[in-house]
Amino acid sequence: MRTILFILQKEFIQIFRNRSMLPIIFIMPIIQLIVLVHAATFEMKHIKLFVVDNDLSFTSRQLTAKFGGSPFFVVSNQSFNRKEADDAMQNGAIDAILEIPFHFEKTLYKENKSDIQLVINAINGTSGGLISAYATMVIADYNKGIVLKAFPVSKSLPTKSINTNYSFWYNPELNYKTFMVPGILVLLITIIGFMLSGMNIVREKEIGTIEQINVTPIKKYQFITGKLLPFWIIALFELAFGLLVGKLLFNIPIVGSIWLVFFVASVYLLVIMGFGLLVSTLSNTQQQAMLISYFFMMIFILMSGLFTSIESMPSWAQQVDRINPVAYFIRIIRMILLKGSTFKDIYQDFLSLGLYAIIMLSLSVWRYKKRAA
Amino acid sequence: MKRFKGFVIKEFYHIFRDVRTVIILFGIPIAQLLLFGYVVTNEIKDAKIAIYDQSKDYLSAKLSQKILSSGFFELEKNLDNYNDIEKSFKEGKIKEIIIFEPNFAKNLKKNGIANIQIIADASEPNTANMLTNYTSAIINTFSREINPLAQQPLQIIAETRMQYNPDLKGVYMFVPGIMAMLLMLISALMTSISITREKELGTMEILLVSPLKPIQIIIGKVTPYVLLSFINTIVILFIGNFVFHVPIQGSIVLLLAESVLFILVALSLGILISCATNSQQIAMMISLVALMLPTILLSGFIFPIENMPLVMQWLCQLMPPKWFITIIKTIMLKGGGFAYVWKETLVLFGMMCVFILLSVKKFKIRLE
Repeated sequence: MRTILFILQKEFIQIFRNRSMLPIIFIMPIIQLIVLVHAATFEMKHIKLFVVDNDLSFTSRQLTAKFGGSPFFVVSNQSFNRKEADDAMQNGAIDAILEIPFHFEKTLYKENKSDIQLVINAINGTSGGLISAYATMVIADYNKGIVLKAFPVSKSLPTKSINTNYSFWYNPELNYKTFMVPGILVLLITIIGFMLSGMNIVREKEIGTIEQINVTPIKKYQFITGKLLPFWIIALFELAFGLLVGKLLFNIPIVGSIWLVFFVASVYLLVIMGFGLLVSTLSNTQQQAMLISYFFMMIFILMSGLFTSIESMPSWAQQVDRINPVAYFIRIIRMILLKGSTFKDIYQDFLSLGLYAIIMLSLSVWRYKKRAA
Repeated sequence: MKRFKGFVIKEFYHIFRDVRTVIILFGIPIAQLLLFGYVVTNEIKDAKIAIYDQSKDYLSAKLSQKILSSGFFELEKNLDNYNDIEKSFKEGKIKEIIIFEPNFAKNLKKNGIANIQIIADASEPNTANMLTNYTSAIINTFSREINPLAQQPLQIIAETRMQYNPDLKGVYMFVPGIMAMLLMLISALMTSISITREKELGTMEILLVSPLKPIQIIIGKVTPYVLLSFINTIVILFIGNFVFHVPIQGSIVLLLAESVLFILVALSLGILISCATNSQQIAMMISLVALMLPTILLSGFIFPIENMPLVMQWLCQLMPPKWFITIIKTIMLKGGGFAYVWKETLVLFGMMCVFILLSVKKFKIRLE
C-alpha cells in the first residue's frame, strides 16, 4: 500500500510540475465543451433560397412571400435569369433554387394544376432531405390556403380525417444541446483517460526511465495502479466540472441520480484506461502509441451513437458495436441524465462494462513486462 | 544538397522502419471510408416502436400494418396500459410509441375524425423528429386513401431535383471530410510529434550543431510526410470513386494541386506547434484536442456551418479545413474550375504564410 502511495505521489508531482500540460488537462476540455455543443446542431434555419420568378403574377409573388415568411427560408436573391441562380449555387452562395415558370398562375386556374421547379444543393444528403421536406411543407400550406379561398365551402376538405397529436418526451423543445452535452462530456473524459494513460508508460519507455522503475522491487500491479489512479481522479474531476458547466450554461436536465453517473463513470474509466495501458505496453514510441490510440478512438467515437443514431447502423455493425465501451457509456449517461433511468434499467450494460474493465486490466497487467525488450 | 538528401533518407528510414505505424497510416483512410460508407448514417431503418392500440378494430390494425411494413419501423412490443409507456422508454430500446384512441374506426365513421397520439423519445431529438415525420407522412397517405373521393383542385406540384447528389448519399459529404481530417492528422500531428521527439530525446542538439541549416532540417523533416499525405489523398479519391462512386466532376490536376496546398498549410501548422512546445505529449494534446475535434465539428464536415450561431460561424472561418472542404466539394462534386475557388485558395495560402512566419519567429537555434 505504501509503495502505491509513493508512486501516486510521484505521478502527481510529474503532472502538476508540467506547467503547459495543466491548461490542456483542465481548461481546454471546458472550452471545447462550450464551443462544440454550439457547433453540433442539425437544426436548419435560414436556408438561402434563390427565387427565379418568370411569372410575376399575384400567385407566384404570394408563394415567394410565403417562403420568405417561413422560419426556415430566407429569400436571398431574386432574378429572371436561371443561369445566374445556377452560378450562385455553384459558388456555394445559396442552398436552393425555386423556379416558377411563365404562365404559372394561368395554368393553375385553367388546368387545375401547375408545376414549379425546386433545385436543392444536396451534397450534404441529410440537409438536402430536410430542405426538401420543409419546402414541400411551405408549398402544401400555401396550396391549402388558395384552395380554401377559391372554394370557401369545405368541398375540398376530405370527409374523414385522422388527427395526429405529437408529444416529445424528455426533451419537449427538441433541444439539441440537451442531447449533445452528455455525449461530448463522455468524449472529453475518454480522450483524457485514453490518451494520457496510453502515453504515460510509453513516455517512460522512450526516455528510458522505465528501467529505473523495473529494477525496483515494486510489483506489477502496484506500478499499474499508481500509473492509472492519477488520471482516473483527474478524469472524474473533469466529469464533475463538465456537468457543472453543462448545468449552469446549458441548463441540461439532470433527472436521474448524479451518484449513479459517477459510479458508472468510475467503472467506464477503468475500461478506457485499461485500453490505453494495453496500447502503451504494446508500443515503443509515443508516436506509435498515439497513432494506434487515434485509430481505435476514431472508430469507437464514430460508432458510439454520439453524432448518428446506433439504430441506423446495419445489424452486423450493431453486433460489432457491443465491444465499443464508448457506446455503452454514452447510452447510459443519456438514460440517467435525460430520462432518469435507475440502476435497474441499466444493470445489463453496467455488468458488461464491469466485465470489460476486468478483462482489459488483466490483459494489460499481463502484457506489461518488467524486463527491457 | 547531398547532406540534405542524406537527411531526408534518414527520415524515411525512421518512418518505414516502424511497420506498425505505416500500416496504421494507410489503414486509417480505408477504415474511415468504410465506416462512413457503410456504418455511420442518419437514415432511419427498423427503428423500434411500440403500439398501444386501445380500440383493436380493423382500421387501427390496417394502419399499424401500414406503418410497420414501411421499412422504417419494427414492432418491439404491444402495450396494454398507460403505465407501461414510461417504463418502456426508460429501458431505452423503444424510440416511439403510437397510441390509438378507443373506438378508432367508429369515431372516424361517426364523427368524421379520429385521434392518434404519437409519443417520441426526444432524448435523441434528431431521431425523434425524423421518426415523427415519417409516421405522420404514412398516416397522411393512409388518410388520403380512405377518402378516395376528395381530389384536391388547384394543385401546385413541386418538381424537386437534388442537385449534385441525387440519391442523397452520405459518402458525398464524407470523402471531402475524411480527406481534410486525414491530411490534418498526418501533416500537422505527425510532423509536430516527430520534431518534438528529437527535442525530447536530445537528438535535436546533434542536428543543430551539424552543418545543416535549420531550414534544411525542417524541410527534411516534413518531406516524407508530404509524400505520405499525398499518397493517402490518392488512395481516398480512388476508393471514393471506385467503391462508393463519388464522381470527380472537375479537373483532377486542380484537385491534387489544392490538396498539396492544404498539406503545406497543415505542415506549417505542425511546425508551428512543434516550435512552441518541448514535449511530445503536449504537442500531441494540442494537435489532438485543438485540431482534431474542431476539424470534425467546425469544418462543415458533419454539421452544416450555416446552422451554427453567428459567433461559431466566425470561428469556423479560422479553420483551414473549412476552406479546404469547400474547395474539394466545388471541384469534385460541382465540377467548378479555378474561377470558383480562387478566393478559398487565397485564404489557405495566406494562412500558410502566417503559420510559417510565426514559426520562423519562434524557432530557436539554441537550446535553453
